[in-house]
Amino acid sequence: MRLREIFARAAAPGAQAALPEIAHGGWAGRALVAAALFAVIGPFLWILTASFKYQIAIYSGQFPFTPTLSNYTDVLFGRRSDFAANIGNSVLVAVISTIAVLVVGTLAAYSLRRFRWPAWVSGGFLGWTLVFHMVPVLTLIGPWYIAFRSLGLYDTRAALVLTHVTINLPMTVWLMSAFLREIPREVEEAARVDGCTPLDAFVHVIMPLAVPGLIAAGILAFIFSWNEFPIALSLTSRQTATVPVAIARFAQQYETQHAQMAAASVLSTIPAVLLMFVGQRFIVRGLTLGAVK
Amino acid sequence: MSPGALANRTFRHWSLLPAVFLFAVLTLYPLVNLVRMSVSTIEFTQGTEDWRFTPRANFAQLAADDVLRPALVNTLIFVAVSVAAEIVIGLALAIAVAGLSRGKQWVRTAMILPILVPPVAIGSMWKLMYNYDFGIFNQALTAVGAMPVNWLGSTQLALGSVIVVDIWHWVPFVFLILFAAVEGLPVDLLEAARVDGATRSQVVWRIMIPLLRPAIVVAFLFRSILAFKVFDEVFLLTSGGPGTATELVNLHLYKVFFEQNQLGYGALLSLAVIAAIVAFLMVARRASAAVQAR
Repeated sequence: MRLREIFARAAAPGAQAALPEIAHGGWAGRALVAAALFAVIGPFLWILTASFKYQIAIYSGQFPFTPTLSNYTDVLFGRRSDFAANIGNSVLVAVISTIAVLVVGTLAAYSLRRFRWPAWVSGGFLGWTLVFHMVPVLTLIGPWYIAFRSLGLYDTRAALVLTHVTINLPMTVWLMSAFLREIPREVEEAARVDGCTPLDAFVHVIMPLAVPGLIAAGILAFIFSWNEFPIALSLTSRQTATVPVAIARFAQQYETQHAQMAAASVLSTIPAVLLMFVGQRFIVRGLTLGAVK
Repeated sequence: MSPGALANRTFRHWSLLPAVFLFAVLTLYPLVNLVRMSVSTIEFTQGTEDWRFTPRANFAQLAADDVLRPALVNTLIFVAVSVAAEIVIGLALAIAVAGLSRGKQWVRTAMILPILVPPVAIGSMWKLMYNYDFGIFNQALTAVGAMPVNWLGSTQLALGSVIVVDIWHWVPFVFLILFAAVEGLPVDLLEAARVDGATRSQVVWRIMIPLLRPAIVVAFLFRSILAFKVFDEVFLLTSGGPGTATELVNLHLYKVFFEQNQLGYGALLSLAVIAAIVAFLMVARRASAAVQAR
């Protein structure tokens, strides 16, 4: 059976009401789900409590313990910590690279779908996005390092924005072309008959209909940029480091600063937690569509 | 040519251009540069780049690299074990959650969290839990009177401990894909089988899982590739140690580039990795086409 049919059926509400009775796993099934939930949530609770403990309480495994905000104030406002600046860098890079990749990726997806490009252009482009997406990013970091050094972009946030746009481009193009496929061509033809230029039709007719896709791709691009570690580790130093690099520094110093590492890690998960509640529908759609394609 | 057609053509070219430009400058050009670098020795003396043409030395170094072999072996073990475990657990979980009559949405919400949080944060989370002196596992062991275990510091256990973290991280992703597929199964077919007297486990093994095969293949391919890209968590947990017990291809690449400053040799390694992935892609495409067609 074609995968796309299966997913289309899953999206139809109400059709699958009888499934729980058939897949009913009895107590073993429920125990499995409960164990999985516990396994997923447990580590988060563990690091959350650790982040509110004094270093000494972490080391002695004390429970119950006197909660403290000192790790957070140390990390955010301490004189030896750049974490506030790191958050600023991460937000800046993630926001700008997300906007840029949405513009570039949506235009490309629309172009490949709407215009008749010769097969070697569209096939070559999509094939290359696939290969690039699968290759570990560390393989390109050597040439990037040399190129950015000679351009004077090494250790700048601009270099991070450029590379993050590049690594998120394949995902954005695939997601957007999957979403654009669902917009009937007649909609656009009607706009053209009414005298819209192609650009007008794209901006005023296609874009509004593609908003769910833009949200899904935008959330994922933002998260991937926020989380990105190897590039930021290799191409930044103290001034331009992002949040993941800062967390690694807490973990990698001669003596791991466990309490501060915990607080910084908890802070780094805030965007994910917010988006999980606000954008769940879009995230699931984005992740599974990416897989089906 | 009418103005409309002209506008159409202009827009057509401009719409694809930014993406092509970006790819050309930031992936194709670096790839070409990688070839040039791979036969060179590059040193920075007083801020200027010094390139020397040394293909023989680079290839000799590849042959003599005694970290590469354990890194390759560990990576293959890492990918094979973690992906297999993720598929099995993710599939079982997808079917079990589909069998719940209430609360599916909540399970799904919780499952998204590990996929979205920074892998570095996952690394530090598990670094705390695996800690020899105060981690949760050793606290539990000592509480029942057992000896504490050096999860990340022992050569026998470290790779296994790192694999567990990857399984924890990515079971939710496999679950999401397979859960969506389970929810889309043709319920009338499953019901008909039940009416004809098939037991629940027969329905699962004989009908559901065969129908899910395309989705399982997709999850398998996605995870194999992503597992091969792993870097962040392992960098935080062990950085490849103790010795080379958890050394992986990506960690080795990073160290060659940025700890040993061997840009030329690093480029040669990078090309080898890219070639291996392209070969895997070509084989996997054939194989998955064969599976899907059956």
